[in-house]
Amino acid sequence: MAEYLRPETLKPALEALGAAPWSVLAGGTDFYPARVDQVPDDDVLDISAIEDLRAIEERADHWRLGALTTWSDIITADLPPLFDGLKLVARQVGGVQVQNRGTLGGNLCNASAAADGVPPLLSLGASVELSSAQGTQNLAFEDFILGSRRTALGADQLLTAVILPKPRQARAAGHFLKLGARKYLVISIVMVAANVEIDEGGNVSAARLAVGACSEIACRLPALEEALVGRPCGAALGEFVAPAHLAHLAPLDDLRGSAAYRRDAALTLVRRTLNELGARA
Amino acid sequence: MSAAVHINVNGRDVAVSAPGVKRLSDVLRDDLGLKGTKIGCNAGDCGACTVLLDGEQVCACMVPLGQAEGRRVATVEGLADGASLHKLQAAFQRHGAAQCGICTPGMLMAASDLLARVARPNGSQVKDALGGVLCRCTGYIKIVEAVLDIDGEGSGEAPPAGAAVGARLAKTDGLAMLSGAETYGADAIPEDALWLRVVRSPRAFARFTLGDMDAFMAAHPGIARVLTAADAPQNLYAILPGRKDQPVLAEGLVRVRGEGVVALVGERAAVEAIRDGDLPITYQPLDAMHDIASATASGAFQLHADRPGNILAEGRVKKGHAGAAFESCAAIAEGEFETSYVEHAYIEPEAGWARRVGQRVEIHVSTQTPIMDRDEVAGVLGLAPEDVRVIPTACGGGFGGKLDLSVQPLVALAAWLTGRPVACIYSRPESMISTTKRHPAFMTARFGCDGEGRLQAVKFHADVNTGGYASWGPTVAGRVPVHAMGPYHVPNVETSGRAVLTNGPSCGAFRGFGVPQAAIAHETMLDDLAEKLAIDRLQIRLVNALRAGQATGTGQVLEASAGLAPCLELLAPHWRAALDQVSAFNASAGERRRGVGIGCMWYGIGNTGLSNPSTMRIALDSGGKLKLYNGAVDIGQGSTTVIAQICADGLGLPVAHIEQTVGDTDLTADAGKTSASRQTFVSGRAAQLAGEDLRRHILRHANAGPESEIELAGNIVTVRDGGGQHEIDLSKLPMDQDGAVMQGRGTFDPPTIGLDENGQGSPYATYSFAAQIATVEVDMELGTTSVLKITAAHDVGRAINPIQVEGQVQGGIAQGLGLALMEEYVPGRSDNLHDYLIPTIGDMPEIEVLVVEEEEPLGPYGAKGVGEPGLIPTAPAIFGAIRDATGVRLTRAPALPHRLRAAILAEEQNDG
Ligand SMILES: Cc1cc2nc3c(=O)[nH]c(=O)nc-3n(C[C@H](O)[C@H](O)[C@H](O)COP(=O)(O)OP(=O)(O)OC[C@H]3O[C@@H](n4cnc5c(N)ncnc54)[C@H](O)[C@@H]3O)c2cc1C
Ligand code: FES
Ligand code: FES
Repeated sequence: MAEYLRPETLKPALEALGAAPWSVLAGGTDFYPARVDQVPDDDVLDISAIEDLRAIEERADHWRLGALTTWSDIITADLPPLFDGLKLVARQVGGVQVQNRGTLGGNLCNASAAADGVPPLLSLGASVELSSAQGTQNLAFEDFILGSRRTALGADQLLTAVILPKPRQARAAGHFLKLGARKYLVISIVMVAANVEIDEGGNVSAARLAVGACSEIACRLPALEEALVGRPCGAALGEFVAPAHLAHLAPLDDLRGSAAYRRDAALTLVRRTLNELGARA
Repeated sequence: MSAAVHINVNGRDVAVSAPGVKRLSDVLRDDLGLKGTKIGCNAGDCGACTVLLDGEQVCACMVPLGQAEGRRVATVEGLADGASLHKLQAAFQRHGAAQCGICTPGMLMAASDLLARVARPNGSQVKDALGGVLCRCTGYIKIVEAVLDIDGEGSGEAPPAGAAVGARLAKTDGLAMLSGAETYGADAIPEDALWLRVVRSPRAFARFTLGDMDAFMAAHPGIARVLTAADAPQNLYAILPGRKDQPVLAEGLVRVRGEGVVALVGERAAVEAIRDGDLPITYQPLDAMHDIASATASGAFQLHADRPGNILAEGRVKKGHAGAAFESCAAIAEGEFETSYVEHAYIEPEAGWARRVGQRVEIHVSTQTPIMDRDEVAGVLGLAPEDVRVIPTACGGGFGGKLDLSVQPLVALAAWLTGRPVACIYSRPESMISTTKRHPAFMTARFGCDGEGRLQAVKFHADVNTGGYASWGPTVAGRVPVHAMGPYHVPNVETSGRAVLTNGPSCGAFRGFGVPQAAIAHETMLDDLAEKLAIDRLQIRLVNALRAGQATGTGQVLEASAGLAPCLELLAPHWRAALDQVSAFNASAGERRRGVGIGCMWYGIGNTGLSNPSTMRIALDSGGKLKLYNGAVDIGQGSTTVIAQICADGLGLPVAHIEQTVGDTDLTADAGKTSASRQTFVSGRAAQLAGEDLRRHILRHANAGPESEIELAGNIVTVRDGGGQHEIDLSKLPMDQDGAVMQGRGTFDPPTIGLDENGQGSPYATYSFAAQIATVEVDMELGTTSVLKITAAHDVGRAINPIQVEGQVQGGIAQGLGLALMEEYVPGRSDNLHDYLIPTIGDMPEIEVLVVEEEEPLGPYGAKGVGEPGLIPTAPAIFGAIRDATGVRLTRAPALPHRLRAAILAEEQNDG
């Protein structure tokens, strides 16, 4: 008989993980679909009752989003414009049923190439907090996702929180565009997240962009980020974007789109994301 | 055993002893007996299992029981307050928002979550809230209307005697769907049933050998039997007479991926615990022939002994001299077109159960064709047809897919052999892998016309990939050539169709039997000719529209009810307005461009050139109960309601008096299949005759004239004519062998003449016609298309129930939109509703349905059919609109964003 453990605090959860292998379950929206033809028979550590993992907190120099933060939590939370991109992600994940249950931590740990949560966190300069019975470790988000469905998470670790640094400038905003072949319940063909900080003169002082579903893992656009610095923020912010800025993407052909299409669509989406962001920020 | 989990379900505290990881949906259905929560996918993709957890909508199939501990769960069963409907349920009933009803519980729960937050939501809030629930039947339009009309009154019209036909009567069988009480294939399985699971071939083409099954059985207690091909007395069936080619379980050779190899029968937990790899099956793969080219190459493996060259069936129509006629044409259009596998994606996967009753077997199953099921299962078991009883459950969507056998022969065989009830429920991937698809079609077309645009000659050929087994491939090969010139008058015709056997998925019946594919070709041809001659696209269709008195390609002179021209005339002002709006928009547009397109269709009602009778019986008993024995299964399209309306008017009593027994093969006469849009026309006519027959008996008894009025109250029938009044006390009348005191019977077989070797004849007694206009917006940089509006004009002869007509058209449009823009089944890569995309509530355009009633003299009160026509013109109209917007002439469906974008880029290069 398979075990099912649902502790209410972190400590017993981490102790259990330290002692034996468990399948971790949070919102279950990736867990169950992966077992569609089966009656689940793994030993399951259900972390959903650990209330401490569900808070969204503002701290002095960063925001802390508990791993169990659901997409619906993100939609309803009172957050600054910096998080606009993340909110747009949340509104477009699955349908409301999935938003009510799916967690940020689950999305990141599942580490699908099409995980919509990944590009905005890259664009926010996030790090993740990993905990085990041995202690807690902070890891830059870029170092956490290693590949499609591969992360740096140890077998004895849980992802406990996502840490988002506050911007240096007072004016900072994020944006997100997702391309799919239908309106609701759709896996991204390409998605783009961007965050910019604007200085007092109205120019971009820092920018981060990430493109998803165009390489094994979502990737940043460093050349473009650099080229954005110093540009006046406005509705034409993205007009200068050129294919060379995206040259390092390595999209694949699949059911949802050809590699050439992805590359082409990514360029359009990056340009539009920046234009829309520039108009608002 | 795990400790009990305490939850509050619909206000009641319950304790459940089950593993914490068990899906809440399974707990509700199996531990608590609440079958109103439906399972369509077990993967979060369909939303049929939507319930409220502490007031928030969630998919119960992804909630572990453990997480419901101490929380409130609300299911559809808790919506109504005793006998009084929740206002959402009343609104759904009023608006006809449930067709098959399988998505309805999920829709209702998602909507109730919304209404608890927003008392008067707007349209986009409704769409956002319901976006996670898929519906394959309705096109979502009436669902949105129902939620927006939450404070409306009543639950539809209650027409008086003689006024049922034409009334917007709510579904007579609708309430059970709204309360969650309706039983579908998986909902009434006996507690003591054994479970059956088919182990399927992972390969498309392979020989296989079975290892030591005794050892396997010994190692797996709880497995009662492993069925193999050797267990079936006759291991062959096929739904078409004379072509039995499909084994219940494969015999050493699998011809398609997902073909059943063995079936495990045993205790549910034991059966579910076994993985396919645990079985001693060894496959020796063969080179699979996935496409038509490889299957027709010289020396190709012959898949079936009686099908040389892997040609399953061919059909053709030849009239006049097309070759010569092209010589004198002012304009000629040519093209090649290709469509993809399309999955039915009904929300209810195949399910059913059987039990042995003495020397008979009884099957409860979700089906479109109980009599064929009965006959085929009888063949497999070596029984007389009368010894098999099929009792159809409610059918959670069919669209042609449930015209084939799935679980029927397996559960029947297992029940027969074990003496226990045996149940089988397909999982979503299993349903998608192993059941039929719409045929991919490869079409070449050549259309020529004179200087005024009048068609002179048409040549057309379609090769369709029919997969490993016959299924309904022959029907498609026969129907396509008859319809391939479109709903137009063409003097010279040479059309043909060929169904080729391959190792692809078996293709069968799917709403339209190949005609939707052909319509893409013929409508592009019309647009090409209009462009060449600079004639308006609607005008060229009007010039050519088949009219009464003209002959079709098969030489059949249409005597009446040829309503394409009236449809087009009705659409003309909409067409001009849409063209104006679009050019105004495009004058200032950037990367988004709009376009308008038009598609026309015709569709022969009923089987092609074959007898397809239906018989209906209505009985009055001594207590005044009036019961219609209706063998036509309702798969959501509303035949139960429509047939009652027709029968009621034939009889002259209010429709509310009629109760029904539907589909049970022991109790109802053969009404034929629910396919080919035939039930309103054929069974409806039989029901009219049955009603009239009973009326005659009543009047004769009262010695009253034909104009008399009848009233039924309790066991007294009152007949009034002129001045006189006559009462019949039914309790005083002698009972016949059926327990009735009076009965009416009616049979109708639409007159047809079979096709000769040139495809000449009168294959259908009547045809439906339609034209649709689509307005789309294309994102030129991304290749994405949104359909903004569809205006649909349909000649249905007579709209027996306008709600149902609208619902069929709207639902058809949703499927046509899917065919045009997103639906493409790729074996092994889109075996789920995550990767196989069907339209969601947010993908639907505004739809305006215009009903044209060109009365069909043979039909009941003038009616024809509308089940399939809704979808046929949609894809051509959308393709025409995309072409108008972008200049891209599409030749392949679906127009996925990457394909359209590539075509737009190619077009820009051509121009530049
Ligand atoms: C219909 C549908 C539509 C969807 N649409 C989208 C979409 O549009 N975009 C998108 O990105 N995703 C989508 N998803 C995927 C999914 O909903 C998200 O990835 C979700 O955020 C996963 O969170 P969860 O809590 O449900 O994960 P779970 O299923 O509970 O877990 C997912 C994985 O992560 C592990 N895990 C979870 N939490 C932790 C933790 N704190 N520490 C360590 N390991 C952990 C689990 O072991 C498991 O392997 C969709 C899913 C469905 C069913
Ligand atoms: S059954 Fe739960 S979403 Fe389909
Ligand atoms: S009524 Fe929605 S799926 Fe049938």
